[in-house]
Amino acid sequence: MAQEVVVLGGGVGGTVVANQLARAVAGQIDAGEVRLTQISASAHHVYQPLYLYMAFDQANPAEGRRPQASLLDPHVGLITASAERVDREQRDVVLAGGRRVHYDYLVLATGSRPAPEQVPGLQEGGHWFYTEEGALRLRDALLAFTGGRVVLVVGVPHKCPVAPLEFTFMLDEWLRGRGLRDQTELTYTYPIGRLHSLEPVARWAEPVMAQRGIRTETFFNVERVDPQARTVVGAEGTTLPYDLLVAIPPHSGQKVILDSGIGDKGGWVPTDRHTLQMVGDDHIYVCGDTTNLPISKAGSTAHFEADVIAANLASRLQGGHGSARYDGKVVCFIETGLSKATYVAFDYENPPQPKEPSALLHHMKLAYNRMYWLTSAGVL
Amino acid sequence: MAQETQEPHVIDARGSFCPGGLMELIKELRLAPVGTLFEVWSTDQGSARDIPAWTQRAGHELVSSTAADGVYKIQVRRMR
Repeated sequence: MAQEVVVLGGGVGGTVVANQLARAVAGQIDAGEVRLTQISASAHHVYQPLYLYMAFDQANPAEGRRPQASLLDPHVGLITASAERVDREQRDVVLAGGRRVHYDYLVLATGSRPAPEQVPGLQEGGHWFYTEEGALRLRDALLAFTGGRVVLVVGVPHKCPVAPLEFTFMLDEWLRGRGLRDQTELTYTYPIGRLHSLEPVARWAEPVMAQRGIRTETFFNVERVDPQARTVVGAEGTTLPYDLLVAIPPHSGQKVILDSGIGDKGGWVPTDRHTLQMVGDDHIYVCGDTTNLPISKAGSTAHFEADVIAANLASRLQGGHGSARYDGKVVCFIETGLSKATYVAFDYENPPQPKEPSALLHHMKLAYNRMYWLTSAGVL
Repeated sequence: MAQETQEPHVIDARGSFCPGGLMELIKELRLAPVGTLFEVWSTDQGSARDIPAWTQRAGHELVSSTAADGVYKIQVRRMR
């Protein structure tokens, strides 16, 4: 009987694992010794970093979307369906409608979802760019904006940790370009006592914010929004009035994780930080936002974790021990406006050191937005 | 009181430059019942400074704070 590998999730992590593993064990799949299946809730793969650009009318949804089947190695079988739960006893993934897909090895790559409903009033009173619909709604609000108070608030946890800074710097430059900056009071808030969780990035951002006249409010954890009064209230007691509220919504793990009883209260799966195996289950690997690891929820994290998971699965399917270890590697570009960018790279042992922003790095970021499809294909 | 002898819920944020210890604490605390005791393990100096400051501002209780071998262990109880 073939050994069954099931990848649950069609985002960057799940797709990289599936494609890399398909290439590594293609011979075994051809021989009928291994079967590799990906389960994706959507028939389309979405490159989510374009949402940031969509909010400024610099990208369209179609640019960031491709059929999932077109990205997969032919050795991967694709099931487009919602998973309802993971049955660890039987080693089955149970799909909507009751169909069961058996696994010997399972990769949980279900990702995270923005959960604005967790903040009372936010859905009615705020904007965000973490969904296609939200990004387009924010785009329309920005195009109709004629000046006033813009406040950015940051929920915890959230994916793409540099997005709050990127959005703020891009908005500052966008407002200047439209002649609206003098009529706009721009306030950047952050949940902890500095401007970004990465201390070197926070140190770099502080004088840049001051130079651009961006007000800052640290130790601000959004607790509720009053859409009528147009105020946002922080858990630390600060109330800020706004005319346009932009939120990085708090995020949650997926329902299938919660319904399967394999996650914590937030729906994050307890995961070994080096092996990327689910704690207490040798048959399950966890990739990307799905983990409970204290690292950035970001596409690059999922990508680098996927490298390790695919290598270990290939090893185990070929009689090895699967001993490759994830070192916490994360790499993120940071847009510092509409024309320059920098980047950070770090791991569990080595802190990041942001480089001087440059036009070249901005164009590299834009080029990567086009090259991403090579990443999902497991090539780049 | 039972909560005085409660085993802390450990948040192992060692090696976490981003999001870091305080952000991990906030992530867990906002979903936990009032009275829950947390112990954050962090190698990040910024978190060691921030956690006590945030705890006081947000109305929670800083129970203890120690450091050994480069690891800060900070206990916080959710109070509201």
